[in-house]
Amino acid sequence: MEATMTRSGPPVATLPFLLELEGVRKEFPGVVALDGVRLAVRRGTVHALMGENGAGKSTLMKIVAGMLAPTAGTIRVRGRECSLASPLAALEMGIAMIHQELNLMPFMTVAENIWIRREPINRFGFVNHGELHRRTQELFTRLNIDIDPEERVESLTIANRQMVEIAKAVSYDSDILIMDEPTSALAEREVEHLFAIIRSLRAQGKGIVYITHKMSEVFEIADEVSVFRDGRHIATDLAANLNRDRVIELMVGRELTQLYPKNEVPLGSVVLAAEDVGVDGLFSGVSFELRAGEILGIAGLMGSGRTSLAQTLFGITPATHGTIRVNGVAARIGSPRAAMAHRMALLTEDRKQSGLFLLLSVMENMEVAVLRDGFTTSGFVQRGAIADLCERMKTSLRVKTPHLDETIENLSGGNQQKSLIARWLMTKPRILILDEPTRGIDVGAKSEIHKLITDLAADGVGIIMISSELPEVLGMSDRVMVMHEGRVTGFLDRGEADQVSIMRLASG
Amino acid sequence: MDATVTPPVVTARKRPFRLPTEANIFFVLVGIALIFEALGWATRGESFLLNERRLLIILLQVSIVGLLSIGVTQVIITAGIDLSSGSVLACAAMVAASLAQTSDNARAIFPALTNLAALVPILAGILVGGIAGLINGSLIALTKIPPFIATLGMMVTARGLARFYTHGQPISQLSDGFTWLGNGGTPVAIFLITAIVFHVALRYTRYGKFTYAIGANVQAARVSGIPVARHLMIVYTIAGLLSGLGGVVTAARAASGQAGMGMSYELDAIAGVVIGGTSLSGGVGRMTGTVIGTVILGVMTSGFTFIGIDAYIQDIVKGIIIVVAVIADQYRQRRRKLA
Repeated sequence: MEATMTRSGPPVATLPFLLELEGVRKEFPGVVALDGVRLAVRRGTVHALMGENGAGKSTLMKIVAGMLAPTAGTIRVRGRECSLASPLAALEMGIAMIHQELNLMPFMTVAENIWIRREPINRFGFVNHGELHRRTQELFTRLNIDIDPEERVESLTIANRQMVEIAKAVSYDSDILIMDEPTSALAEREVEHLFAIIRSLRAQGKGIVYITHKMSEVFEIADEVSVFRDGRHIATDLAANLNRDRVIELMVGRELTQLYPKNEVPLGSVVLAAEDVGVDGLFSGVSFELRAGEILGIAGLMGSGRTSLAQTLFGITPATHGTIRVNGVAARIGSPRAAMAHRMALLTEDRKQSGLFLLLSVMENMEVAVLRDGFTTSGFVQRGAIADLCERMKTSLRVKTPHLDETIENLSGGNQQKSLIARWLMTKPRILILDEPTRGIDVGAKSEIHKLITDLAADGVGIIMISSELPEVLGMSDRVMVMHEGRVTGFLDRGEADQVSIMRLASG
Repeated sequence: MDATVTPPVVTARKRPFRLPTEANIFFVLVGIALIFEALGWATRGESFLLNERRLLIILLQVSIVGLLSIGVTQVIITAGIDLSSGSVLACAAMVAASLAQTSDNARAIFPALTNLAALVPILAGILVGGIAGLINGSLIALTKIPPFIATLGMMVTARGLARFYTHGQPISQLSDGFTWLGNGGTPVAIFLITAIVFHVALRYTRYGKFTYAIGANVQAARVSGIPVARHLMIVYTIAGLLSGLGGVVTAARAASGQAGMGMSYELDAIAGVVIGGTSLSGGVGRMTGTVIGTVILGVMTSGFTFIGIDAYIQDIVKGIIIVVAVIADQYRQRRRKLA
């Protein structure tokens, strides 16, 4: 609304298309990330992409930037069909991406970073540093950025690095600029500066794709908004025709199609309590209670501090503030080991990075958490006993693998996840923290895991379940705790929680 | 939660029989031996393999580097590296030799400590290695410097210490009880027994499981409650103890201690481990592969000498074979991933 007021020039609907995508599909092993997606970005506009985590926005933009190849679909740039086989090919078509995770080389100067691969060369074949400096200065003047081109990137603030990234993208004279959550690390004043840059780029006729989770930004800067959900394009409209509630509705709009096997379980005593827990720079002031048999859902967008909280509860990054009580007794949880001694277990968010031993067998992946306290006789592993237990786990969790000696790398995502759940169930936990337990796995495995979580709660395990999928949080949880930028913004009981109320709390 | 694990259906399905991964490398060993056999008949008209003495010498020569490579295998499985094993061997050899001298030597290093029981120098040498390994492990686990740097520092320092110990003078006239360790097939027996012990440790004990887990994914290992720092210290200490043992055997075999002993053995040990199929990125590797890899290096040295190729060319070929072995291994892994 505001954006349309600050806008000058011809009406949006008459502007020509710079970038058109049609029928784009992307499959990863076992998952369809994008299906039949279309998107059209006009010259001289800011086009916002909105959607929950996992809606497919980032995947789509990686395809546009040449980092991923689509499984199917056509891409047209300035009306001409083309294939974007590599980031370089995309750059040559005039598409530049400003990455969510910064891609600068910390030990090189700002100027070197911006002009890498395109350094001005003098007649002896050496880099012409004077020219390099001059070009950078010129670029910065144009964008009204005040950074010394000779500064090394490592000594810049995050905000300034972001500015360098943007300057780099602009330096390619690209027509299409993709910004993936560019404000996530910026303070308010810096956001204003960024928006001023975006407006001037728009006035120069560039098309800007702007991915964000922040509702307020959308209405400040965007001309058009496209909403995605579950890898599909849901709607595109002028920002002027939309409002906050309408966008949230489009983002979460679906009915609860999957049936969640949630049973009402009588809750027991408090097994885990956090009192004003925090870690400097990550999150603060988190208080909650978890009862035996309860499923406490934690919702929040990326960067809300949900995963940091889980890691703190499990001792990976110990708390710097507050008290954690296990069964009413204050517990010092300084390592995963200490957490395990309190019969806690954590299924980590990133399966590949902190969960799986990809090169090892299914059994070796399952047994690793119990070896320290049992199943060994003077250091020798009791292979028979442990193989029996793993075999029972495999059967009851329905892990589909030809045999326990199979390398876990060869299993599907769902079966890998079940193996990791088996690893923690073997420790017989009383408090189970699940961080994105069903991310990136197929529907069948998903509902089996949901069933399992319900069964565990019925057996009196206290469960914390972090999930980006709102239907999952709503369907499984007794209570939902919502976080935003490192703080708890609210608790919703099963009865009062719905997608809209959660999204309101989660977007601050 | 027991409700979910009740059915005690133990359908212990075995994995279908597959050749162990070491089979490949074993065939390479056989192939190389047969090539020398053929070359032997062609150039000298005699057999390379049908010569007990030569086979014993090959094994004797590999047994010392082999001891080092047993420790290095475990270090590399944790995704680390040990560059110090050769220098630590020299240190241990010097200390062991200085405590193994007989009173016949008028200029003994420690005149008061001559004619000691053989066990004293043996244990002292092993202990020296263990201390060096513990320092390596502590540096890596506690200060978090890369293993390459920590053990590079130890490699230079330990060599210096070995020289400083007698200001470069060799130590001689060692007791018979001590030199017995180097006689006949004893070094070979020590090597093979040690290899079997650590083969079992890697495959059947918690120690082994933790070693592989740390190398396969250190973050996941930490989250699973494995005491990563402590375990790394143990692994490097074991590698140090084995370098110490290697030093003791070297001194016993040469009946002397010299500061230049074990020069560049650390690289031979690493080469043997890598040829044996242990991945430098960690998490993968077996002792049997290491033994075969070390023997391959020994067979090549012996074979080249046998057919009269000069030492410089031997090194050139050895270097190429090491690189080719790793390329082949990478290729195999990539193919496995695609499958």
